[in-house]
Amino acid sequence: MTEEARQPASLDLGELRFDEGGHLLVKRALREVNPGERLLVTGSSTELALHLTAWCREQGHGFERGVGRGVAGVLVRGSAELGRWRGAERSGGRAEVVDEPPAHWGLAARGASVEAGAPAFEFRLSRKDELWADSLEQLYRQAAAAQWDPDAVLPWDLEFELPEEVEDAVVQVMTYLIENENAALTVPARFLGQVHPHFKEVVQLLAIQVADEARHVEVFTRRALLKRDQLGLSTVGGQASLKTLLDEPDFALAMFLLSVMGEGSFLSLLWFLRDHAPDALTREVARMTAQDEARHVAFGLAHLERHAALDPTLQPRLRAAIERRSDSLQHTSGLNEEVFDALVLLAAGSWEPEALRAGHAKVRQLKADMDRDRQKRLARLGFTADDAAALSALHTRNFM
Amino acid sequence: MSRPDRPFTLGAVAYDAKVVTIWDGFLRFFEDRGLPFDYILYTNYESQVEAHFAGHLDVAWNSPLAWVETERVCAQRGRRAEAIAMRDSDQDLTSVILTRAGSGISTSADLRGKVVAVGAGDSPQATLIPLLHLADESGLTPHEEFEVQRHDLLVGKHGDHIGGERDAVKALLAGKADAACILDANHLGFTREGTLAAGQTEVLTQTPAFDHCNFTVLDDAPAEQVARFKELLLAMSYDDPEVRPLLDLEGLKQWREGRVSGYAQLEQAVDRFGYLDAWLARMAR
Repeated sequence: MTEEARQPASLDLGELRFDEGGHLLVKRALREVNPGERLLVTGSSTELALHLTAWCREQGHGFERGVGRGVAGVLVRGSAELGRWRGAERSGGRAEVVDEPPAHWGLAARGASVEAGAPAFEFRLSRKDELWADSLEQLYRQAAAAQWDPDAVLPWDLEFELPEEVEDAVVQVMTYLIENENAALTVPARFLGQVHPHFKEVVQLLAIQVADEARHVEVFTRRALLKRDQLGLSTVGGQASLKTLLDEPDFALAMFLLSVMGEGSFLSLLWFLRDHAPDALTREVARMTAQDEARHVAFGLAHLERHAALDPTLQPRLRAAIERRSDSLQHTSGLNEEVFDALVLLAAGSWEPEALRAGHAKVRQLKADMDRDRQKRLARLGFTADDAAALSALHTRNFM
Repeated sequence: MSRPDRPFTLGAVAYDAKVVTIWDGFLRFFEDRGLPFDYILYTNYESQVEAHFAGHLDVAWNSPLAWVETERVCAQRGRRAEAIAMRDSDQDLTSVILTRAGSGISTSADLRGKVVAVGAGDSPQATLIPLLHLADESGLTPHEEFEVQRHDLLVGKHGDHIGGERDAVKALLAGKADAACILDANHLGFTREGTLAAGQTEVLTQTPAFDHCNFTVLDDAPAEQVARFKELLLAMSYDDPEVRPLLDLEGLKQWREGRVSGYAQLEQAVDRFGYLDAWLARMAR
C-alpha cells in the first residue's frame, strides 16, 4: 500500500460551522468514501468536534477526535445510511402507470424511490383496470384550464324582471339543480379518498369534478336567491332517486349511474336551459355549468369504455345496476310535478296558451333528447341498440 | 426470582408517549420470533429498580443512574447485576458546560460565585456528571462556591426528557444563569431547533466520555430467555425494513454488547454528592 493510499480523504470546512450548513459538506464528502473508510475533517469552528461527535453517534458513523489546531477529527463511515436504501423500489415512473400499485407505495409521488418497510395504506381502489382512461392527462389539462370564477364570468348585474310566476319557476328549477349537484359532488368525493395516489390523474380529475360541483351549487343558489328570499321545494321522490346513487358502493357502477346515465341526462337539461331560460343570466349560468358537466361525462365514459373492453363482466354488471335502480325506484313518483311544470312555464315564458303549448313541446323534446343521448352513450359501452333503448327507458324519471 | 411460567418481562420508564409505541413494536418483534414477551411501564426509575428486585421483571431498560442504583442495592444484598446490551448511541457520550459568548468566563474556576444551570436533579448527563467534572476541574464545591440552579422537569425519569436541559439553556440565554450543562447531542439538537443560535454561547469545558442506558438483568433472571433476548437484539439489522422503524424510534443503528466501563464518572458523582444515600438507606430497611 502506498503512502498516498493510506491517507484518509479530507474535508476542510474553513470557517463554516457544522450547524450552519457544514453538515451538508460532510455528508457529501462521506458519500465519496466506502463504509469503513475514513474522512479527515478540519475547520476553525470551535464547536466542530463537539457537533461531529454527536452527529456521528446519531448517524452510526465512527468518530475519533483529532489533536492539533484546526483538526476536528476523523470520521469512519458507517453502513446505516446505505442500509436504509437497500431494498428501496421505484414506484413506477412519470409515464409508467402500473396495473396494481402495492399498498406500501402509499402517498409517495409516482416515480419516487420508496424506502422498504413503509406502512401499508388502505386504498380500496388500486387497480388500473377499474380506474384508468387513456385520455386522462388531456382531460385533466382541459379541466384545469377551464376553471372559472362565478363573479367574473356571470352577468350578475344584468337588469331584468320576469313575470312573478316565471321567476318562481326559475327558483324551483334552481332548487332542483342544487339537490342534484349535491349528489354529483358527494359521489366522486366519497371515492376520491379511496383511489391509490399512484393514479394521480384520476385523483386530480375527481378532485376538479368535486370543485366544479361546489361552484355549481354556488351559482345555482345565487341565481335562485337573486330576487327571492327562499328556495323552492325538495321532494321525497327526488331525494330517493339521488340516494340510490350514494348507496352504490362500487366505483364503476356508481360512476356509471352518476356520470353516464345521470349527468348525461343532466347535461341535456342544462343545454335546454341555455336555449330556453327566460333571462340571459340563467341562460349563461346553464351554459357555463354545462361545459363542466360535459367533461365529467367524458371522463366517466372514457374510463368505463376502457374498463368494459378489459373486463367482460362489467357490461352485465352495468345492466344489473340500471335494473336494480329502476326496481328500487318503481314506487316513487319520479320527476316532481313542480319541476316538470316549472320547466314548461320557464320554456313558455308566459301563461299564453300558445306559449304553454310550445313550452310543453320543448320539454317533451328535452326528454326525447335525453333518451337519445343515453342510448348513444350505452352503445359506446358496447350495448346493442335494442339493449340500449330498453335500458335507457329504465332510467329514473328524476333525470339524474 | 425467575418465573418461567410468564412471558419474558421487561420494565421501562414512560418518559414520553412514544414509549408505548416502541415497546409494543418490540413485543411483536420478539413474539414473532418465538420469545413470549411482555413489558411493564413505570413512572420513575426508582420504582422500576424496586420492582426488579421484587421479581416483577426479568430485564430492566435502565438509565445509567438506575444501573448504579441496581449495583448499589446488589452490594447491600449480596446480589449480582449484569448489563447485557446497550445501544451504539449509548456509548461515549459527553456533556458540555456552556457560557454566554463574551461573558468573560474563560475557566471553570471563574464560576466561583456564579449560577450554573443544570437539568433535572437526577439527570446523569445534565447534572451529576457535569457537576462532578466542574468540581474536579475548578476545585470549587457545588452549592457552596457556586450556585446550582436546577431545572427539574419530570424528576424520577433521570433526565430522559430533554425539557430540563432546554430550560437550562434558556436560563443561560436570558441571563438568569452564567453557565448551563447539557449533553453534546442536545447542543447540536438545540442549534437545529433554534433554541441556540450560532455564536450565542461558548463551550467552557467538556466532560470525558461516559455511557448511557443498558438492559440490566439480575442473577436470578431466566438464563435461557435472557440469552434468546440478547441474541435477537444483537441480530437486529438496520438493513431490515421491518426492524428499522423500531431502531429509529429508540435512536440507534445497532445494539452492542453491554459494558460497564462507562459508568465510573457517575459512580464518583453519586459518592461525592451523596446523591443516593437516602434512597439506599430506605432500600436497606
